[in-house]
Amino acid sequence: MIPAAFQYVKANSVAEALVLLQQHGEDAKLVAGGHSLIPAMKLRLSQPSVLIDIAGMADLKGIAVNGAELTIGAGETYHAIATSATVKNACGVVAACVGQIGDIQVRNCGTIGGALAHSDPAADLTAVFLALGGKVTAQSANGSRQIAADDLFVSMLTTALDSGEILAKVTVPVLQKGQGAAYAKLKHPASRYAIVGVAAMVTISNGVVTAARVAVTGAGPQAVRQASCEKTLVGSNGDAAAVKAAAAKAGDDMDYLGDIHASEEYRRAMVQVYAARALNEALAQARA
Amino acid sequence: MARITVTVNGKSHTSDVEDRTLLVHYLREQLNLTGTHIGCDTSQCGACVVVVDGNSVKSCTTLAARCDHASVTTIEGLAQDGNLHPLQEGFWECHGLQCGFCTPGMIMSAYDLLQQNPNPSDDEVRHGLEGNLCRCTGYHNIVRAVQYAAAKMRGEEVSAPNV
Repeated sequence: MIPAAFQYVKANSVAEALVLLQQHGEDAKLVAGGHSLIPAMKLRLSQPSVLIDIAGMADLKGIAVNGAELTIGAGETYHAIATSATVKNACGVVAACVGQIGDIQVRNCGTIGGALAHSDPAADLTAVFLALGGKVTAQSANGSRQIAADDLFVSMLTTALDSGEILAKVTVPVLQKGQGAAYAKLKHPASRYAIVGVAAMVTISNGVVTAARVAVTGAGPQAVRQASCEKTLVGSNGDAAAVKAAAAKAGDDMDYLGDIHASEEYRRAMVQVYAARALNEALAQARA
Repeated sequence: MARITVTVNGKSHTSDVEDRTLLVHYLREQLNLTGTHIGCDTSQCGACVVVVDGNSVKSCTTLAARCDHASVTTIEGLAQDGNLHPLQEGFWECHGLQCGFCTPGMIMSAYDLLQQNPNPSDDEVRHGLEGNLCRCTGYHNIVRAVQYAAAKMRGEEVSAPNV
C-alpha cells in the first residue's frame, strides 16, 4: 500500500513548522514518528496534501525535572523515555508505559507528543497522562498555552489542539512519598495496542486514600476518567475490599466500542479486572 | 519529487523519489535490494525491518524522503567478503527458518538487539523480537539462532545445538 500523493516538507524548528502550518492551512499535517499517520494514509483514511516532518527536531527534545514537575519534549521517542533514568526516578509509570508500547521498532519512532496529539482510542499514554493529571504546552503563531489533561481528549482521534498548534511539551507530576501510579493493560497480541488499559494514580496519607485518579483507554472512543471509581476509593484505607468496591465502579460512566478483537461486554468486564490490577499496584507503590 | 542521498550498506546513492515513496519500496524497487520483504504492510509483522542510523525501524512505515543523509543497513549488508554474518550463520546452523519470509526482518531486529545487548537472556531475545512475526518455525530455533550469533560475536566457541 502506498499513500495518496502529498508534498513532504522537513521542518528544522518549531518556528519553521508553525510558518509551514500557516502557509498550508488545514491541508497540512504534522508527522513525527508516523506510525499512526502513515498507516492511516496508506488506507486513505487520512489524505493530507502536505506532510510537515517534525521528527528529530532539537526544539522538541529534552527531559528535565523542575521542582515537582517532569517535563518531556514532545519529540522524545518512546525508547528514549523508556530508558531515561530521569523519567524512571521521577515518574516511573511513564517509562513503564512507553516501554511496553508496540515493539522496539515502534518505540524507536513513536513520540510522546504524537501519541497525545493523535488520541488513538487504543493508545496507552492517553490513560496514563489523564491519571497523572498532566498538562501539555501547545505552541502556535500567537504564542503558547497550556492544556490540562482533563481538557485534552475531546473524542475519537480529536483533541483540544487547534490545527495551527504544535504540541511542544508534556508535563506530569513528580511522584512524591505516599503517591503511586500504575498502568495495567490487556494487549492485542500482534499490534500490542490496548484492548483495555487502565491507569491509576493514588495518594495515601496516614493510611487513608486522600486522592485517586483513574482513566481507561482501549475500551471506548477516547481515554476517559472514571469518576465513580475514584470517588469510591477516596476516603477508604485502600484494602482489598476497597479496591474491589472501586474497581466494580470502573467503566460505569463511559461509552464502549466493540470490534473484531473484543466485544463491548468483554471490554466492560475487563475494565474492572484491569482497574483492580492498576489500583493494587499504585497502592502498593504509595505504601512503599 | 525529492532528491535524497542515502548510504545503503556502505554505498552512497543519490536518487529521485516521490515524496510518498516508502523506504521499503525505495530499497526493493529502486535499489533492487529485495532481501527486505513486505509482509503485513501495517507495521506489525516486521518482515521489512532495516537499521536506519543505528536503530531498527519498519521500512513499510518509513518515508524514503525522511532518510535523506541517513545510513541504512539491510540484510544484504551483513555478509562481508562472502562470509555469512554470525546471525545468518546462526539461522542456518540452528534451523532458524522454514519458509524464510520473515528471516531478513528477524535478523535485522536481532542485529539491533545484539548491538545494544551483546549478552541477552532468552527472555530478552524474545522481547527484542516481539515486533517480528514468524508463521512457521515457532520461534524456539530463532531464539537459539540469535544466541548462537551472540556467543560467536562475543568471541566464544559455538556449535549448533541438536535440533
